[in-house]
Amino acid sequence: MAVSNFATKDLVSGGIFVLAGAYFAIESLNYEVGTAFRMGPGFMPLFLGSVLAALGIAVAAAGWNKVDAEKPLAPSWRGIFLIIGVVIFFGATIRGLGFVPVVLISSFAAAMSSRLNSPVFSILLAITLTVMCTLIFVIGLGMSVPLFGLWLGPLGA
Amino acid sequence: MDIIASLGLGFSVALDPVNILYCFIGVLLGTLVGVLPGIGPTATIAMLLPITFSLSPATALIMLAGIYYGAQYGGSTTAILINLPGESSSAVTAIDGYQMAKMGRAGPALATAALGSFFAGTVGTLLLAFFAPPLARAALNFGAPEYFALIVLGLLVSIALAHGSILKALAMIVLGLLLGMVGQDIYTGQPRFTFGIRELYSGLNFVSVAVGIFGVAEILRNLENEKGRDIMVKAVKNLWLTKDDFKRIAAPVVRGTALGSLLGILPGGGHILASFASYSAEKRLSKTPEEFGHGAIEGVAGPESANNAAAQTSFIPLMTLGIPAHPVMALMVGAFILQGITPGPNVINDQPALFWGIIASMWIGNVLLVLLNLPLIGLWVKMLSIPYRALFPAIVLFACIGCYSINQNIYDVYAIGFFGVVGYVLMRFGCEPAPLLLGFVLGPLLEEHLRRAMIISRGDPTVFITRPISATLLGLAVLAVVIAVLPSIRKKRKEVFVEDD
Repeated sequence: MAVSNFATKDLVSGGIFVLAGAYFAIESLNYEVGTAFRMGPGFMPLFLGSVLAALGIAVAAAGWNKVDAEKPLAPSWRGIFLIIGVVIFFGATIRGLGFVPVVLISSFAAAMSSRLNSPVFSILLAITLTVMCTLIFVIGLGMSVPLFGLWLGPLGA
Repeated sequence: MDIIASLGLGFSVALDPVNILYCFIGVLLGTLVGVLPGIGPTATIAMLLPITFSLSPATALIMLAGIYYGAQYGGSTTAILINLPGESSSAVTAIDGYQMAKMGRAGPALATAALGSFFAGTVGTLLLAFFAPPLARAALNFGAPEYFALIVLGLLVSIALAHGSILKALAMIVLGLLLGMVGQDIYTGQPRFTFGIRELYSGLNFVSVAVGIFGVAEILRNLENEKGRDIMVKAVKNLWLTKDDFKRIAAPVVRGTALGSLLGILPGGGHILASFASYSAEKRLSKTPEEFGHGAIEGVAGPESANNAAAQTSFIPLMTLGIPAHPVMALMVGAFILQGITPGPNVINDQPALFWGIIASMWIGNVLLVLLNLPLIGLWVKMLSIPYRALFPAIVLFACIGCYSINQNIYDVYAIGFFGVVGYVLMRFGCEPAPLLLGFVLGPLLEEHLRRAMIISRGDPTVFITRPISATLLGLAVLAVVIAVLPSIRKKRKEVFVEDD
């Protein structure tokens, strides 16, 4: 997406900073800003958010008339979806499913995010990792988490 | 001064069998992550923070420190053997180290790196022992304005020393500062930016932010371009140096150590800068500069000593002022806080055993590293053949399990995913992630000291320039930025950091 004379890199990162800065600045208006003497909870975020937005504009402007040096590699969508999916899955199910099934499924899915890993290799890796993590975290470090969760009915602790 | 007695106390702590064991585990893990691709000390320390929770403070910090300087050793091994610096500071070592390996002199190159690092580590540790106490004493007189100025100085100098666009680094710091403000306000208890989620009231989890940005984002980046790596050197022979080699490396090691010790104290990438500076100094001083780039042993000895010395002295600002110089030190702050200790000038008086124990353990860790790296080099060569595709699923899992185990809070896990994506997107568009983490750690401190300073001064902002120490510090901060944007320095920065990408 070539936007006329701007370097894409600078334009996008600048845009992100402007959006983030604007969010923090606008949201902080809901809190008491206070005075310089007695600053309220909104003072710093309002100030810093405005600074960030200004910096974002400067970053984008710095890309004026700059050509994108090299074409970036295509993102690995498979990797992004699987890895981020694994993290969300882990958080959502660790309490219900319990440690062993969650780690097993998560490590299999994480391994599959690499194009170089075959399903068989991923299964073997998942089993190895599950044994390792169970030994280290649950048995070794005494992490308080059920090995099998309540959702699994009779299996669950 | 009773520095001998203090060091004696330190060694009595560091030589405790449990501490030696964890120091060993630390340097072992450090070497391992230095050798392994795609995972650096920042992500490792972040993932292991939760595990150290159950250890005593001294033991935990000894181990985490070991990971950091251990990684400097491991990074040079891969730089020499496969021309792939495991750590950014080893990038320079790769230039001549890899050439030496190609000529069949991998052994001497590795030995030079290890011995130079050991010497530098010893000197760096001694400097830390000598300079930390007076600095900490001076810092005890610091009030809120001074601390505010100091944090500003730290943040701005770290930009000047970082590579890439200064504007972007500045924006990343501010973004980090803002993210650090998520959670309840320290003075009024007002929840900020929490979307009404109760779990966010205590703020974003620091470990989640660190493993998200330095672990997950890095993995997503590596998945863009998957390839194996070739290992040229299968076996390393002849580890010992000849008399002639010793003569050639002596001066570069000493000079590298001096440079590194000095630059290591600076915030930001002091150790990276140190190795580059040492390399160019050695090249300039050499009688045979044409040898550089073609396997000059001086080109390994100088930079390796410099980056290791810097790794040690970068603990000085942390141990005396509680101000982290770079992301790894920011994680160390997190480790202190997890243990219920506020890092800063009080640590040396309130917890002398901890303070001196950590310092003494660094020297012991350096001894362990030489033992680990030279005789066991064959093992590390084997480690190099572990493919990344088998490694990164373990990193993802360790990150999730580790973060969850701190507070059993699933939002900490979601935060990893969020910051993984944020870090990845920003990295793709040319923003370095390190300043963000630094800002995130320092954000709450910055706000607290600013607000306290304003209350003390009754709302008069000139307090920062009428108090001499804070005025000096702020002046230095402005100077650092001005120097960094000067055209001639900018050109130099480009040269220095060009090989770092």
